[in-house]
This record gives sequence, C-alpha cells and structure tokens, in this order.
Amino acid sequence: MEAVLALVVGVLGGAGVWLVLRPRTFQVIMGLTLLSYAVNLFIFSMGSIFTDKPPLVKPGVPADLEHYTDPLPQSLVLTAVVIGFATTALFLVVLLAARGLNGTDHVDGTKEEQ
Amino acid sequence: MTLLVLLLLPFVGALVTSVLPTRARNLLSIFAGLVAAVAAFLVLSLFPVVREGTVILHALPWVPSVGLDLVLRMDGLAWMFSVVVTVVGALVCLYARYYMSPDDPVARFFSFFLAFMGAMLGVVLSGNLIQLVVFWEMTSIFSFLLIAYWHHRKDAQRGAMMALTVTGAGGLALLAGVIILGQIVGSYELDAVLSAGDAVREDVLYPPALVLILIGALTKSAQFPFHFWLPRAMAAPTPVSAYLHSATMVKAGVFLLARLWPVLSGTTLWFSLVSGAGLITLLLGAYIAMFQHDLKRVLAYSTISHLGLITLLFGLNSKLAAVAGVFHIMNHATFKASLFMAAGVVDHETGTRDIRRLNGLMRFMPRTGTLALVASGAMAGVPLLNGFLSKEMFFAETVFLHVSPSIKIGLPVLATIAAMFAVIYSLRFGYDIFFGPPSTDLPRAPEEPPRWMRAPIEFLVVACVVVGVAPAASIGPSLAAAARPVVGGELPEYSLSIWHGFNMPLIMSLVAIVGGVLGYVWLRSYQERGLLQDPPFLRGLNGRKLFEAGLILATKGSRSALRVFGTRRLQTQMFTIIASALVLSFFASRDVPLVWGERERLAASPAFAILWLIGGACALGAAGFAKFHRLVAITLVGGAGLVTCLTFMWFSAPDVALTQIVVEVITTTLFLLGLRWLPMRKEEMRDRITLRDHARRTRDFVLAVAAGGGLAALSYAMLTRPAPFSIAPFFLSRALPEGGGTNVVNVMLVDFRAFDTIGEITVLCAVSLTVYALLRRFRPPSESVESPKQQRVLPADIVTDLVKPRTAADAARGYLMVPAVITRLLLPVSLVVAMHFFLRGHNEPGGGFVAGLIVTIAMVMQYITSGTLWVEGNTRIRPVRWLGFGLFAAVTTGLGAIFVGFPFLTSHTAHFTLPLVGEVHFPSAAFFDLGVFAVVVGSTLLILTALAHQSIRVHGQQRRSAASMLPRRPE
Repeated sequence: MEAVLALVVGVLGGAGVWLVLRPRTFQVIMGLTLLSYAVNLFIFSMGSIFTDKPPLVKPGVPADLEHYTDPLPQSLVLTAVVIGFATTALFLVVLLAARGLNGTDHVDGTKEEQ
Repeated sequence: MTLLVLLLLPFVGALVTSVLPTRARNLLSIFAGLVAAVAAFLVLSLFPVVREGTVILHALPWVPSVGLDLVLRMDGLAWMFSVVVTVVGALVCLYARYYMSPDDPVARFFSFFLAFMGAMLGVVLSGNLIQLVVFWEMTSIFSFLLIAYWHHRKDAQRGAMMALTVTGAGGLALLAGVIILGQIVGSYELDAVLSAGDAVREDVLYPPALVLILIGALTKSAQFPFHFWLPRAMAAPTPVSAYLHSATMVKAGVFLLARLWPVLSGTTLWFSLVSGAGLITLLLGAYIAMFQHDLKRVLAYSTISHLGLITLLFGLNSKLAAVAGVFHIMNHATFKASLFMAAGVVDHETGTRDIRRLNGLMRFMPRTGTLALVASGAMAGVPLLNGFLSKEMFFAETVFLHVSPSIKIGLPVLATIAAMFAVIYSLRFGYDIFFGPPSTDLPRAPEEPPRWMRAPIEFLVVACVVVGVAPAASIGPSLAAAARPVVGGELPEYSLSIWHGFNMPLIMSLVAIVGGVLGYVWLRSYQERGLLQDPPFLRGLNGRKLFEAGLILATKGSRSALRVFGTRRLQTQMFTIIASALVLSFFASRDVPLVWGERERLAASPAFAILWLIGGACALGAAGFAKFHRLVAITLVGGAGLVTCLTFMWFSAPDVALTQIVVEVITTTLFLLGLRWLPMRKEEMRDRITLRDHARRTRDFVLAVAAGGGLAALSYAMLTRPAPFSIAPFFLSRALPEGGGTNVVNVMLVDFRAFDTIGEITVLCAVSLTVYALLRRFRPPSESVESPKQQRVLPADIVTDLVKPRTAADAARGYLMVPAVITRLLLPVSLVVAMHFFLRGHNEPGGGFVAGLIVTIAMVMQYITSGTLWVEGNTRIRPVRWLGFGLFAAVTTGLGAIFVGFPFLTSHTAHFTLPLVGEVHFPSAAFFDLGVFAVVVGSTLLILTALAHQSIRVHGQQRRSAASMLPRRPE
C-alpha cells in the first residue's frame, strides 16, 4: 500500500510539473490542480495512515495514535483543499482577463513561439 | 514613563495634525507648538535627575524571547539633544506660522514636522542600537518629505531625492556596522556596548564596524565626501532648514560620534578617519561658503564647515576636545537656527535671497538686522558670544595636541585659516546685506516682520549672548551633564571663562578676525568687479555630478545584471524553481540519506491499486490532453480528483474526503464556465514545431520525471520509516472534554486552530472579491464574444418536440425543462442535507465548509438548468452580504471569549435539556462554524456567478432586451 501511495504522489506530481512548465495558461492551471492533489496526498500521508480508524473519538478508547489516525494532517489538508479552490478560481480569472487583455493565452502574455 | 510620553507625544501630535483643516495656520501652529513646548517642558523637568549622572531607563518588553525590547534611555547627552530638539522645535513652530503662506497646505507641513521631531527624539533616546537605526532612517524619510514639501518644484524633488539617497544609504551602512558591533559585544543594548570599549577596539572586526558606522554618521552630518546633499536640501521651506538641516537632523551624525565615543575612539584608525574627514570638511565648507550668493547656501556650507569642526574635535582622541565638540553642538544649534530664521525673514520681506541684490537693509529692518549681526558674530567667533568660547577650546586643542610634528604645526595653521574663512562668510551674511546703500530694485518693499516672527530669533540670540558673557553660570551645568557620558564618566579639567590670559588660542582668534576682515574687504573688491563669483580651484569637484554619475552607473549596472540573471519568462522561472528545489534536495540527501525504514507495512489491497491505475492514467492523460483538448483534460483531472477523494476516504479521513468531493464539483463547474473564453486551436501552428521546441519538451519531460520520481521516493521513505513523535494525542484527548465535540478534525478547525481558519475564510473573502472586481472590467477577446459554435449550429429544419430549442436564454423552458423542474424540487432537499451536515459537524463528519459547499452546489444546479436570468429573476442572492455576515459571526464569536476573560477564540460548551429533543450540547464554536459556512457560501457563489454573468454581459443590448421580456414569475 505504501508503495502504491508513494507512486501515486510521484505520478500526480510529475504530471503536474510537466504541465506547469507548459506555455499555455490552461495547461498551467491544470498542472497546479494536479500538483495540489499530489501535495495534499503527501501531507496527508505524513500522519499515520490506517484504514477504519477515523479521528472521531469514541468513549473508552485510549486517545493515542494506536487507535485513531492523526487528525493534524487531515485538518491541514482540509484547509489546503479549500484554499486551493480559492487560488484556482483566482488564477482562472486572471488567465481569462490576461487572455482578453493580451489576445493570447501564452503565459508571458506575448504572442511568440508556441 | 516620562520618556515614553515624551517619545509618543510628537507622533500622536503628528497624527492629530494630519486630520486638522489643512490651511488653518493659526490652529495648526499653536497645536504643533504646544506639543513641542510640552515636550520641552518634560525634558527640562528631567534635568535634576540627569544632572547627577543618573541614567533614566525605560524598557518595554516587545519580543522578550529573542531579547528585543524597546529601550528608552536618557543620560546627559541624550538630555542635551532632547532640549535642542524640543526647544528649537517649539521656536520653529512659532516662526513657521508667519513664514508659511496662507496658500500652503500647512497641515502636511506640521504633521511631518512633528513626526520628524518624534523620530529625532527616538534617535537620541534609544537605548538599543538597532532601535536607534530604525529611528535614524525615519529621520531620513521625514527629512525627504519635508524637503519635498513644495513638491511641484523640480529643485525640491531633486534635493529631496539626493538627501534621501545619501542619508538612507548611509543608514543602511550604519545598520550593518551596528550589527557587527552588536555581534562583537554580544548585545545591542547601549549600556552593554558602552561598557565594552576595550573588547571592541581589540576585535578583528573593529575596522569594518568602524568604517560602516562612520559612513552612516558622515553621510548624515554632511561630511566630506558626502557633503553635497545639504546645500541641495535648502530647497526646503526655511523653517525646515533651520530645524532639520542646521539644528537637529544633521547633528544626528555627530551625536552618534559622541554616543559611541567611549567605545570606538582612541585608535589611530578613528583619529585618521574622523579627524581627517572633519578637517577637510571644515576647510572645504568654509571655503565654498565664502563664494555663495544665496543666503541659505552660505548658511548651508557654513553648517557643513561647523559640523566638520565638531567631527574633527571628536576625532582628536582627546577628552577635552570631545567636551569642546559637545559644547560646539549646543552653540552651533543656537546661532545657526537663528541665522536661518533671519535669512527666512529677509527672504520673506524682500522676496530675494541673493546677497548681491540685498544691501542696506538695516534702514528697513533694524531689529532683524541687529539680531542677524549678533548671530553672525557668534558664527564668526567674536568674543563675548558663545561661538567664541567653543572655538577657543578648539584652538587650544589644536595647539596642545601631541601627535607628530607636521600635525603639531599644520593643524593650528589650518584651524586659523578655517576661522578666517568663517569671519569672511559671516561678514558677507551679516555686513553685506544690512549695510551700504539701500537696494532699490527688490521684488518687495522691505519692512520689519511681524512681532512674533522675530521672537524665536530674539530668544536664540539672547541665549548666544548670555552663554557668551556668563558661560559657567548659564551653560556650565548642562555642558558638564552632557559631556560626562561622552568621555566615559570622568570629566577632564576645563575652564568655561572668557579670559584665559594672553595665550596662543587668543592670538589665533585675533589673527583670524583681523585676517578675516581684511580678506573680506579684498574679496568684496574683487566680487564687485564681477570676479571670483565661484570658488576657484574647485570647478572639477562637483559632488552633484559625481552623485548623478554614480546613480546612473548603479542603474545601468542593475539593469544589465537583471538582463543577465533575471527573466520575465514564466517558463524559465518555473524551470529554475523546480530544478533548484531538486538540486537542493539532492544535496540534502547527502546528509540525511534517502533510505527506506522498517515501519510495519499495511496489507496490500488490489482494489486500491486498481483505483490508482485509473487515477494515474487520468493524471497522465490530463497532462497530455491539456493543450488541445481542454474538455477532456478537465474530465480527466476530475477523475484524478475523484480517486484522490476516495483515497482520503480509504485512509480514515471522512472530513477531508467530503470536502474534496464538493470542492471537486465546484472547481469543475468553474473550469467549464471558463472554457468559453479560451482561444481555439490555430491550425497554422500545427506544422511549426521546431527543433528547439523538441529540445525544450525533452528537457521539461526529464525534469518532470525527476521531480515525480523524487516525490515518490521521498513519500515512500516517509511512509516506511517509524512515525515520529506527534502532537496528535493532545488533540485526540482534549477534543471532547475541552472542545465539546467528538469529530477531532472539525474541533481542530473551529476551536484548536480556529485562528488559522479565520485567516482562511478571510482569504476566501479576499479572493472572491478580487475575482468579482477583476471580472467587472473583463474584456473578452473579440473572437469569443459571439455565442459558441455549438449553440449556433442547430439546423433551421430540425425536427424536435422541444418548446423553444434555439433560444439559450430560455433553456429552462426549452431543452432543459425536465431537469430544471427536478432540480427545483431538489433544492429544499439539498438545503436539508446541508443543514444536516452542518449540525452534525462537531461530532460526525461534516461542518461549515462541507455544508456551505453543498448549498453552493444546490444553487449552481439551479443556475445550470434554469439559466442565470431565471434564477436571479426569482431569488435574491447577495453573496457579499453572506461574506460580511460570515466574517462578522466568526470574529465576534472569537471576541466574545475576550469579553468573558478568556483568550481570543476560546470555545465554551453549553449543556441544557430541551423538551422532546433531550440533552443538548451547544458549543460556542457552532457560531464560528456558522460564520465559516456563510463565508464559504458567499465566496463560492460570488466567484461562480461573477464568471457566469460574463456570458450575459457581453451579448449586450439584444440579450438585455430579451431579459426584460422575461416574466418575473414562471407561468
């Protein structure tokens, strides 16, 4: 399982990096979305990952990482997901405005080589 | 405590002044003058304490953990400077009332003036070196603002720029020097530094520290080779020149020399640098001053020269000379401020400052003339005036200094020559304009200024005379108190009397005065014939040109450096960032090797592997299709997101999974809305892929593979090594007893880490408002204005049973009629689901974020199926109010805790029993969560609807008329 999760982070991150390096704004925004998946999974997996041990406290169960997964990375990732939406929205609008203003969707705002 | 009041008073005064009516000269000058006078009173009341050698300390803890405190410290030297700053400040306020014209926006003037006063008090009262530098730079900034007060004038702009560049750069050097000094001593506290003199002077870092600190001091005090900014600063209003550029700010440099004298002086390096710069400035300033024709420029160069004299005195490594330096600081402030004010009066009453045009003014303004004559006598060093006394002390020092034969003879000679120059320029200022045949061609008919405009000059001139006649009785105690900390506690023997017998210094004085008078007569005879209008021998030495050349050189240098090392191309920047991150992590892995650990592995699950086979394929597919097939890419990214979401679910993170799935829906909707405005593929570009493009793609591909591989390896290493100690048990064990909820993630968001959440919802608000604002000015590209091709291709002869197949505005009554009815019916259900998730959030997966996003999705569904016009014709959604309410609820919940005496955002749970429902636990965090909910609804709806409205906006008139034909209610 660990290997699968690690590979997943690598594939998502690699695809994201590739897209972020592309010249079209739409490619970059797609790349940022993929990168944020990768990073969120990476941070999330920093806590102890278990199946069927959600951090919902039950009476009588000792409050330690043997019986619950780590809630800290989860709350960080939850915040990151929402903030990620906000920055994606902002970037989308900036890229639309830049496209309207410059007449091109190149990341540098100039119409040269593709 | 008095010190804190003293420091804050001018700043508060500056704030108040800035909001008073801008041309209310009387009100403003009285207010500012009162502030200065109260400050002066506070300072004077501290004399009995300071006189005994007591140091008043007032420390305000700021960041105690790293030893950063605001330390106010007043000893004799600081007291003396505070007196100068506040008393001269009060006098200049009175003077400025009459000097400034009724048309000047004086509120700005007095506001900057008081703020400068506060900054200057901050410099002299600082008990911490870093703090001193901060106030030091503040004085530079307010000096800049005041020089540029008449900002429409070119000379004011240039002078202000130059002053700021020179003194600001000097301040940076000073900061560097002070940091080195603090590192040597081990503390930035002034007391610690002052008692570590020997250690500092023996340190290997002493020379660089000294040079850097001296650059700061010499730039501020306009010493050679940095003197050129001061004459250009004369573009400032005369009260500013009198205050900043003669009495206070330019003294900050020599103040620093005096302040650090016990620490830094006593070495050969100090002697050669400080006295060298001082001597050159003394001679150069006096020499140039003789040939100036503008009253203020004469005074500016004379100020430079006198500051050179003070610098020279501190540089001589002699305690007696240092006392003389302190004494001359006081004397110079008195006579030079009064001279500036007199020059201002002449300018004000005659309309010119040109010495060649001004003659015989004594007849028109006898009182001002007398005052100016006495003050210039003090400047020239005439006996029975204060300037004479400190100059005698200076002469005595030059005579009795035992260094080397050349200095032993050379220094007294040069000192006498400088004094002779001083007599000449004093005569040009005092005698030239007030005597001789009266001028007839002046711009204004001269007369005496108003009574109270002259009063500050009278006050200062009387001080000059009193000190000059009875020095020991008048200034003696203050001088002793001020000089004691400079020389390190033990005052040397000195005598403050007028008559010391017929000795060498007196002879030098006499030579200087006689020689000066003769020189003046000689120079005047030349100048009346139009000769010697400019200082001879100095034509090539133009500080301004050197400064400008340096500035141009620096600009050119940084431009070419930017060309070589910088780029505005995003792709290059991104590549550099990612590649450097890779390289850095590679180096890091040499210290902490990247090896797998021995943590117990989780049981492998084929289902999970298959899930990610799909997810990985989606991600790679999205990477490939994002260029030409955007819809496919969006779908594939959505697929990867869905699998990510399932992964969160799989590994016991129901809250994250819930949030992810709803965010996923909204993000995808957003992308779909944006698609319409992106350009079509250009067919002609299809075959124009060059070799360079291939090379770049290969390069990027290699980097992407390397980054992905690195991430995977890092991830695997982290996952297999033993989990480190975590603070998680803290949250797990306290969530229920202290947070009042069993869902730890939610409790963390609304309670433990609620401050973080407040920041987050603020970001949401800011982003949504920014999006809205950006889209208000949105200009779509011309080819995207028309309806998309897909909406226009319906053939005219289409056979359909839809009611209105071709009018998109009517989608809800056209081809989307059935889905529209269903989603309308679903709206209340969705709202109930949202409420369910909101209410259970504290104990079960859910909460404000999820509930808010569900409400948004429910509303977006209405928009999609029924169309923007229909939805907004039938509901009133005001996202901005949701934002406001949400932030308000969250912050007031947090503040509520403060009112009952707990820290910000402390949560409290109420327990009570309701009929039918039973026992209810109601945490105050629920209100906070309500705020989060409202902000999420408001911001997401604002973003989505703002984007959706663009389609309606750009179609302009025809659409708007169609909208007006729509009925308000569905039939």
